[in-house]
Amino acid sequence: MGEPLIYEICRAGRCAVSLPECDVPETPLPEGCVREDLPLPEVAEVDLVRHYIRLSQMNYAIDTGFYPLGSCTMKYNPKVNEVAARIPGFATLHPLQPEASIQGAMGLMLELQEMLAEIGGFAGVTLQPAAGAHGELTGVLMMRKCLHDRGECERNVILVPDSAHGTNPATTSMSGLKVVEVPSDRRGNVDMAVLRSLIAQHGSRLVGLMLTNPNTLGLFDENVVEIIQLVHEAGGLVYGDGANFNAILGIVRPGDLGFDVMHYNLHKTFSTPHGGGGPGAGAVGVSATLVDYLPGPIVQRGEADGLLHWYMPPKSIGRVKAFYGNFSVLVRAYTYIRMHGAEGLRQVSENAVLNANYLQARLRGVYPIPHGDRTCMHEFVAQGILRDAPGIRTMDIAKRLMDYGFHPPTVYFPLIVPEALMIEPTETESKETLDAFADALIHIAEEARTDPDLLRSAPHHAPVKRLDEVKAAKDLILCYAPGCE
Amino acid sequence: MSYKYDSQARYARSHEWARLEGNVAVIGVSDYAQHLLSDVVYVDLPEPGDMLKQGESLGTVESVKAAEDAYSPLSGEVIEVNAALEDHPEWINEDPYGKAWLVKIRPTDLSELDNLMDAAAYEAFVIEEEEKGGH
Repeated sequence: MGEPLIYEICRAGRCAVSLPECDVPETPLPEGCVREDLPLPEVAEVDLVRHYIRLSQMNYAIDTGFYPLGSCTMKYNPKVNEVAARIPGFATLHPLQPEASIQGAMGLMLELQEMLAEIGGFAGVTLQPAAGAHGELTGVLMMRKCLHDRGECERNVILVPDSAHGTNPATTSMSGLKVVEVPSDRRGNVDMAVLRSLIAQHGSRLVGLMLTNPNTLGLFDENVVEIIQLVHEAGGLVYGDGANFNAILGIVRPGDLGFDVMHYNLHKTFSTPHGGGGPGAGAVGVSATLVDYLPGPIVQRGEADGLLHWYMPPKSIGRVKAFYGNFSVLVRAYTYIRMHGAEGLRQVSENAVLNANYLQARLRGVYPIPHGDRTCMHEFVAQGILRDAPGIRTMDIAKRLMDYGFHPPTVYFPLIVPEALMIEPTETESKETLDAFADALIHIAEEARTDPDLLRSAPHHAPVKRLDEVKAAKDLILCYAPGCE
Repeated sequence: MSYKYDSQARYARSHEWARLEGNVAVIGVSDYAQHLLSDVVYVDLPEPGDMLKQGESLGTVESVKAAEDAYSPLSGEVIEVNAALEDHPEWINEDPYGKAWLVKIRPTDLSELDNLMDAAAYEAFVIEEEEKGGH
């Protein structure tokens, strides 16, 4: 069943509110500010409410079903986070309040800075960036400024493996630097021979390397320590993309491996709302080398008065966001960490990795898994390719999964795996849920052989059928506003 | 899968081709590349007068699946770009060696052709890639 657009239920003269008569003198809007042609929908309250409630019920969410969207860590967001974020002392703050009146909120931020630094193995943390890619930009700008301060202004190249998140090369370009891609080897690690020759070629112009580890193949790079050493020996710095941090909490600290800077996706790893439920938060941790370059203000305890103060590090790249980051999101991440404790966080990662390996094992032999001989981390990449159903592609399988009540995995990413199906179950899912998902994928592989058209025309049970993605991309209609009937 | 190859063209490992026509080199992406990309919906090309370097990005080809850089198989100055692709990106799927050429350049170093594969070598390379990819 399709839900009509709000404009299609619009009828001239209907209104969802009846305002009381105006009891103050009316002041007309300035000349030129009044529009006659503003086509706002006219809808009665009950129709308005039903329209949006129906739309909300069509929505697929982590609270309604399994959401194995690879590299997005769509983990369940515990409800206690929401309770904490609604405590009036946090929820009703104003960002311009004087320090003395918000010591509690600043205390939460200080503790979160310290806990994230401890979990990541870093010397300092900023909570300002509003998302992962924003954290990347913050990190690379710090790397650049640090090298400029050393007088090494000719450095303008960042190496990015082809198994990195797409935001890594984008961040490099946004920072005015040049991307040089490093290929993966047959085991899915960074190709060390090529890395060495690229470092030899670009050594004196190297800002550093951005490493997503575990990478987008869901694999922990077996040579990570050596990679970092090689970049450091060439005078470069190493950025860690922490989007896949959910695999290694309490097991490995990226700072201990030698990473100079890493962002944390609080909206992935630390269970704050994600996507449409955001906003995100991309805190950034740095080693001692970069700690003076952190964006401010960050929270520090005054030695003299013992009170908490806003602090701008001496060589700071400046603010990267208004005020102090997405504070209410920070409350949720703080709550998550405190509810789990150190042991609990380690268990989160162990279960996330166990769940991914269980699914990988169940799908082995049904779908190709290019690196399926290795133990995966929190996710793995299969391929929507079936030898005896040559006409079927990943998109058909993903669409058919919707008919089984599952959100499809990430498709066609990473780009280095043709017809990729990138599956990340997260730690919270039960064996029953994992089995139901694996059973569905196995059944779909069977359907691909016996009734391929069923897949090609899927989904059949979704509110809208197969969308014409070519038309949607080429023939953009971004504004729908006809006149009311 | 079998793909089309232009025997007159030479190919880069990143799946672009270059074909000499007099003292001009015509550049495009291969049939295998368009097949991997699936339906192309947008093409971003350089400007006439831009200098391209072998192996460096000349523009972007975007499909419903992905946006990929196209790398120039030869160095040289852009003398003409295929502006019609702006309205007809689907030509890349339909006729990758013909009307969907991307740019024409005046090559600056013809010895760079030695870094490219002929059609037979490229076909062997594609078969190897396919096996690696699990197709």
